[in-house]
Amino acid sequence: MTLPTSAEWDIVALSLKVSVAAMLACLPVAYALAWLLARRRFPGRMLLDAAVHLPLVLPPAVTGWVLLLLFGRTGPVGAWLERVLGITLMFRWTGAALAAAVMALPLAVRAMRLSIEAVDRRLVDAARSLGAGRIRAFATITLPLSLPGILAGAVLGFARSIGEFGATITFVSNIPGQTRTLPLAIYTGLQIPGTEMQVARLAAVSVVLSLVALLLSEWLVRRAGGGRAHVL
Amino acid sequence: MSFEIALRHRIGETAIALDAHFTEPLTALVGPSGIGKTTVLNMIAGLVQPDCGRIAVNGNVLFDSAAGMDLPPEVRRAGYVFQDNRLFPHMRVRANLAYGERLSRPEHRWIGQAEAVAFLGIGHLLDRWPATLSGGEARRVAIGRALLAAPRFLLMDEPLTSLDAARREEILRVVERIRDELAIPILYISHSPAEVARLTSCVLRLP
Repeated sequence: MTLPTSAEWDIVALSLKVSVAAMLACLPVAYALAWLLARRRFPGRMLLDAAVHLPLVLPPAVTGWVLLLLFGRTGPVGAWLERVLGITLMFRWTGAALAAAVMALPLAVRAMRLSIEAVDRRLVDAARSLGAGRIRAFATITLPLSLPGILAGAVLGFARSIGEFGATITFVSNIPGQTRTLPLAIYTGLQIPGTEMQVARLAAVSVVLSLVALLLSEWLVRRAGGGRAHVL
Repeated sequence: MSFEIALRHRIGETAIALDAHFTEPLTALVGPSGIGKTTVLNMIAGLVQPDCGRIAVNGNVLFDSAAGMDLPPEVRRAGYVFQDNRLFPHMRVRANLAYGERLSRPEHRWIGQAEAVAFLGIGHLLDRWPATLSGGEARRVAIGRALLAAPRFLLMDEPLTSLDAARREEILRVVERIRDELAIPILYISHSPAEVARLTSCVLRLP
């Protein structure tokens, strides 16, 4: 087996770009949802919890179809984005990133929620009695103490995004250079006779990327958690 | 210095009723365990909202259900020494001590970090992490952190628990020195009659 060609490296680069963008978009939303679910009691909390987990259990094609309805040119959000901000997601790498972010959301929320629940609320009370308002107590106590969960959520989300297939191909199709990420390129290669080596090289790169992401998250979380926390 | 406290509060089966006005430098709050002593401190600190009543310290009203007044904990200036210390595990001792001081108004401060550190004898601990402190060391740091937050009064929840006899004596001396040398009213939870007899003659009994 030879090294990947430059066209194959382009596919890897696109996959990384899509996954990094998906992770960055996913993080703040996931943390806000995780905090709400961990710390607040409100009507509809169970429903929100279930809705966050939907992408985990729905067929990915359904998630992709719902994204198409919402973010397509004529969908309510898609039409607004195009009219007001001049952004279209259809058939673009940004659309692939959105699909990956939505699919990664439940994993990220779960990791972050566990780490927020593990932060002792009595420490927050102590911070309040020492003169910190709600927001400052959150920023100086809850946020840093839940950092291992943020890192774990980020890397898990990233790894999930690298492998995202179903929602992406349904939502933004399989466009070379825009939405043809590693899994889609592997799938496309399998449809064409004589590309076995290309498929094998791309699969090998996928394995290495996923492994590095997992090991990196384990290392980050152990460092942040003082040797006690872990992802694996 | 004075505490004026009139409180009614119910949590589950426990009903707390307290009417008291006291002016001693140190007042002991005593009573059997589970009677709600810590809840009273939490209500004075603003961490638990009473069902109804009025709390004023040195004439400053902190809570008054009739007037619809309920100051949030961060502006009550309560120096709360928790039974479990609650030092922030991700900050060194130095940062723990500075936490409340940094948030206080300069004109409210009445003790500096150097003075507090010398007073409590914790100079050698400043670069340590809370997890590495012994029980007595952690307690002294918790007291220092509360003093440095420019409090108007101190709330101490059984500051001698989970300490051995030598450390208990050491912390007791610190409390006596705060009582005698720093002009700040203290409300002190204890379940040891000997400890209370040594510290004050002003005893508030629950229920």
